[in-house]
Amino acid sequence: MEQNPPKWLSRILQWYCRPEILEDLQGDLFEYYQRNLNRGKRMADLIYLVDIIKFCRIYTIRKPKLIGQMNFFSMFRNYFLTSVRSMSRSKLFTSINIVGLAISMSVGILMITYISEVLSFDTFHEKKDRIYRVLTNYQGVNNDEGFDLASTSIFIGNKLKDDYTGVENLVILRRNLSLDLTHGDHVISAQGLWATEEFFKVFSFDLISGDPVTALSEPNSIIITESVAKKMFKDQNPVGLTLEVAGQERYNFTNAKISGVVKDPPGNSHMDFEILGSFSTLEKYATGLEEEQHFYNSYNSVWMNYVYLVVTEGHEALTVQGHLDQIASEEGENYDRFAIKYELENIKDIMPGRDLSNQIGQSMEWEMIYIFVALTLVVIISAGFNYTNLSIARSLRRAREVGIRKIVGAGKWHVFGQFIFEAILISLIALVIAYGVFTLIKPEFIDLILDQQSSIQLDFQWVHLVYFVVFAVLVGFTAGFLPSLVLSKLKAISVLKDAGKFKLLRGVNLRRVLIIVQFTLSMGFIIAATISYRQYEYALNFDLGFKTDNILNVQLKGEYDELLMNKYAQLPEVQQISRSGMVPSTGEVWGETVKYKDPFDSVDIHINNVDKAYLEVHDFEFLAGGTFPFDIKKDEEPQFMIINEHLLNRFGFSNPNDAIGESLKLSDGGNSLKIVGVVKDFQHLKITDELQSFAFIQDDYLRVLNLQVNTSDLVGLMNKLETIWREVDSVHPFEAKFYNDQIQEAYQEYNAYYKVIGFLAFLTISIAALGLLGMAVFTTETRLKEISIRKVMGASERNLVLLLSRGFLLMMVVSAVIAIPITYYLFDSVVLAGVANRITFGAVELFLGVILIFILGAITIGWQTFKAARANPADLLRNE
Amino acid sequence: MKGTNIGEFEEIVLLTIASLMDEAYSVNIVDEIKRVTGRSTKLGVVHAVLNRLEEKGMISSELGEPTKERGGRRKRFFSVSNAGKKSLLKTREQRNQLWDSIPDIVFKGI
Repeated sequence: MEQNPPKWLSRILQWYCRPEILEDLQGDLFEYYQRNLNRGKRMADLIYLVDIIKFCRIYTIRKPKLIGQMNFFSMFRNYFLTSVRSMSRSKLFTSINIVGLAISMSVGILMITYISEVLSFDTFHEKKDRIYRVLTNYQGVNNDEGFDLASTSIFIGNKLKDDYTGVENLVILRRNLSLDLTHGDHVISAQGLWATEEFFKVFSFDLISGDPVTALSEPNSIIITESVAKKMFKDQNPVGLTLEVAGQERYNFTNAKISGVVKDPPGNSHMDFEILGSFSTLEKYATGLEEEQHFYNSYNSVWMNYVYLVVTEGHEALTVQGHLDQIASEEGENYDRFAIKYELENIKDIMPGRDLSNQIGQSMEWEMIYIFVALTLVVIISAGFNYTNLSIARSLRRAREVGIRKIVGAGKWHVFGQFIFEAILISLIALVIAYGVFTLIKPEFIDLILDQQSSIQLDFQWVHLVYFVVFAVLVGFTAGFLPSLVLSKLKAISVLKDAGKFKLLRGVNLRRVLIIVQFTLSMGFIIAATISYRQYEYALNFDLGFKTDNILNVQLKGEYDELLMNKYAQLPEVQQISRSGMVPSTGEVWGETVKYKDPFDSVDIHINNVDKAYLEVHDFEFLAGGTFPFDIKKDEEPQFMIINEHLLNRFGFSNPNDAIGESLKLSDGGNSLKIVGVVKDFQHLKITDELQSFAFIQDDYLRVLNLQVNTSDLVGLMNKLETIWREVDSVHPFEAKFYNDQIQEAYQEYNAYYKVIGFLAFLTISIAALGLLGMAVFTTETRLKEISIRKVMGASERNLVLLLSRGFLLMMVVSAVIAIPITYYLFDSVVLAGVANRITFGAVELFLGVILIFILGAITIGWQTFKAARANPADLLRNE
Repeated sequence: MKGTNIGEFEEIVLLTIASLMDEAYSVNIVDEIKRVTGRSTKLGVVHAVLNRLEEKGMISSELGEPTKERGGRRKRFFSVSNAGKKSLLKTREQRNQLWDSIPDIVFKGI
């Protein structure tokens, strides 16, 4: 038996060698191989390999096929024509493909626009590559992980300003500058930041008028944005004017000189402001007062301030990081109750960026983007499957064309190129429609998904056009890859000689798998949507343990709670009024620590400041005692508190009545408050969290009026309330919301989840249904003759419908078998695992959507198969 | 001018092709060179030279019948073209002239 060299080695030679000399080389090497065989097969193989490598020389390597490629381009027109003809010949399949792709690509366009906008954040700063923000990791003795903060201390900013190398410029910012500006009878409330004078040396915000160097150096000076200036002064230049300001009296800041007007920060700035106040105002205030210096000087006041610095050209951020580490270790020695570490973050990495607390403005985590992208890909892939499926199934129709092309001289890659071209053409047409769909879903997306405070607009930019086209080409290529490969591999002879013999149902398994994947996704999404919706509904209807119906919460914005309350109380529609510090169960949390007898046992509790009427208005259930005996006046010390069961148990009271009359001490050196009542546990946090120890505290810091109203004319009542509000507070807008609406807002994320998932479910289902329709049409079309003959032989319509649908139904059952357990597991053990109060979902949630899809699928298939089964066999067989 | 002069190894290959007459194909050429000169030449080298000579027009080639010893592939037989013959003759003439001009005394004693 003659031995041959390994095939794969010969193939290497075939691949690189010029066809003219290939035979020659192969023959020579073969002879040598035979000779070498007497040294053993392995040795011969090795020599063969070495020879093949050695023969790889300039004169043996095939020239790149320039001519072949030229041919492709000159055939372009022809490909285009054939594509268009073939598309118009089978309108149904073309529209299924285009619609499916368009639906999914609209989501893709949304993603591209969104991501490119997010990535453009803060790129307008000239020194963007060198601007860094100092991040702080604060670890107290009580918390294990510590907080990663975007904020830091003023201390570190000032320290770095001293002679540390590598820092070119440095600006310190402080948040929560809220001012009411008064000019004549104009009063405007504006929010912004305190900033040191280097602000414009670090950032590239445009100062329209004023001196960028000195504008923020004088105490009590402010810079306002263009839009604030327009609102207050029309076209007059306000620079140099002095205004009365309110809101920052604690820093003795009552008169402000306008030292500049700055262009509004662009939408892609991670920080937003309407005014900038000079930091020296704070400095001047702090240096005067010994006891107030804490926030300004102390090392651990890391919650309100931000330090941005520009690294000197030629230096690495590492240099500055080194200084920070050194400062942290030097200063750290003085403190044992907490540890602080610093990190530098480039300004471009802020948005999108890491999960940090105390962000200065909007933020967006990378994870969120990854999730968006993944979901988008799922939808696009699903639509791509349709194209792949239908095209492979219908490849028979194009087989003759391929055969002729090959005979006339087209190579495998020409055919491949042609069909890829066709796929890309379809995907480009889909792109146009997709953009239309995108403009429809855009506003909904912005409202629903993005934060209210987000400045993302998803506006069109010309560069997007490039992204879109690249995206469409990619989608077309991916979707068209498999069918093109299948078609390009067809052998001209076998196709043309006997088309009937040509394997009609090739790739059947692949197609089944693709359909199953599509339906698995659809079912998964619809189950997910059902569960999220049920959880949302559950959250809204959750029994909190107190009444929230018909309670209107009016946000107070000054020290006039009693005045306003008395005025509101006179309205007939207002039945009862109470006051509170905040609105529980909406995600807002106030905290305190309390001690009972043991001075070392301090308990973290959640609190709300309330007045006497609060508990009755909200209908809390008392286990013992009752509400406060009286309300305290302004600036009076609080005396009483009401605790919940949880706190009662925490301090080991066995009977609620035992607690009445006992006193608990608030935080360090705080008041001792007497317990006058114990309420039944109620859900004071969002339902995702377990309830905690809670206390109502009698305190004069009250920010909300709770009006229990009863009216049929809501608009009229609101107008009345607002009119009265105007009498009391003419500066701030009237802000009132029903408690139930506030709860609904608190669960906005659930709402967003289920809407997004529902939307995706809708998309994947539509796409899968379209694909199914296509396949059903195709199958019935190709089996028309079979059906006719069966019918002639006596098969009933029912039999035929069953025969044709069986395969599809089976695939859907398989999808359900895969989708249901996976989704169940995902929601049971991952998504809802950390939620304290959650729905228990069962058959209804799991099967409702699946059954819906079954019905939809059955209709799709049934429609086609029934049509086929009803057809008159005579019409079909006559022409044979 | 390219093609008029040939190198030493090229000359040997050309001579070998000429001497092998109808049996001059790559493997035979390698074997013959080894037999006559004792040099074990690599197939790759011979191939490259054959390629070059063909480019220069010194040799021409044609394919034979498929053979079993080459796994069903055809041999490429080479023959020296007129140009090749001319340059072989020219080389030989130059050598002869040089030989003739050497006095006998030079080789005395060898």
